[in-house]
Amino acid sequence: MASATSDTTDPTGAAPATGLPGPAAAPAPAAGPPSDRTPLLSTASNALKVVVVGGFGVGKTTLVRSVSEIRPLNTEETMTQAGQHVDDNSAVLAKSATTVAFDFGRISLNEETVLYLFGAPGQERFWFLWDRLFAGTLGAVVLVDTRRLADSWYAIDRLEQHGTPFIVARNDFGGPRYTHQEIRDALDLLPHVPLVDCDARSREDGKAVLIALVRHLHRLVTGQVH
Amino acid sequence: MRRPGRDDTPDRLYTLTGGRSRADSDAFDLVTLVVSEFEPTPGMQSEHTAILRMCRRPTAVVEIAAELGLPVSIVKILLSDLLATGRITARHPQTSRQPARLPDPTVLEQVLVGLRNL
Ligand SMILES: Nc1nc2c(ncn2[C@@H]2O[C@H](COP(=O)(O)OP(=O)(O)O)[C@@H](O)[C@H]2O)c(=O)[nH]1
Ligand SMILES: [Mg+2]
Repeated sequence: MASATSDTTDPTGAAPATGLPGPAAAPAPAAGPPSDRTPLLSTASNALKVVVVGGFGVGKTTLVRSVSEIRPLNTEETMTQAGQHVDDNSAVLAKSATTVAFDFGRISLNEETVLYLFGAPGQERFWFLWDRLFAGTLGAVVLVDTRRLADSWYAIDRLEQHGTPFIVARNDFGGPRYTHQEIRDALDLLPHVPLVDCDARSREDGKAVLIALVRHLHRLVTGQVH
Repeated sequence: MRRPGRDDTPDRLYTLTGGRSRADSDAFDLVTLVVSEFEPTPGMQSEHTAILRMCRRPTAVVEIAAELGLPVSIVKILLSDLLATGRITARHPQTSRQPARLPDPTVLEQVLVGLRNL
């Protein structure tokens, strides 16, 4: 099977789950097989999606891990049929299987609502599966490393074309300190798109990034963006 | 847990799903929450058994895929079988799948409250 991504996580190297205390962390029913899974509340009924997108090594998995109540899990989607939407370069692949890997975590927000966070590679070859995977997503966080800003150009183009609302988060790797204006110029960001700073290893920063995204979405929905 | 897809040759995936493709499986979103309505019965396909055990509590499609180490599209086909025979129910996300449609502000306000309380 052709593997169309190199963005995989080593599940064995992941940190242990930082499960929230409370009912969400209740053990699995005794009849079940041994498992380190943290089940959702039985009342969970509405799951939402947010996608963290960015180049390889930019800190997507780290950000997901910082805020998730479960250890990030890795999975994949496979496209096996010909005749799906593919660009000309991948016409050959369309006849066999094309696979993209992505990871995810989750946050139980209340008794009914769960927010799933997906870490998705920003490369071109990932995007033909975007609709299949992320239709109905609330919005996206484009995570950038200022030493490699160009890695995020393609993802930003596609999000804009697609009409998926997003914010940009600079993950601080201690590189040169560009001003926000310099970063905005380099990314050609529209004025209303928020740009925030974070350390993806910090839970508080991860929360702040998600809050910035949801506040942005709220402004868009309520028409407060000019 | 093994890395997903390690030994998923197309032949094995074909066998798992009886060679069917995505017919009814588009009904499932990545984050549709699946709930078992019955316990597994002896002789059931092992993947079906695993899904019914896992979904005694609501479990998202993507978590089932990660746990079974199978591609999401294959898991959706397995789930369509279980749904068709009434062994599971599905709680679909309430957000619109239309790309141009923005979410309901009250949903966003709930999300904000939840995030701030973390
Ligand atoms: N110094 C620093 N290192 C980070 C930060 N975020 C992530 N890293 C490290 O960068 C590496 C790549 O991060 P990862 O989350 O795996 O990137 P991904 O490929 O986008 O998922 C890991 O070794 C992280 O520990 C950060 O904010 N600062
Ligand atoms: Mg990663």
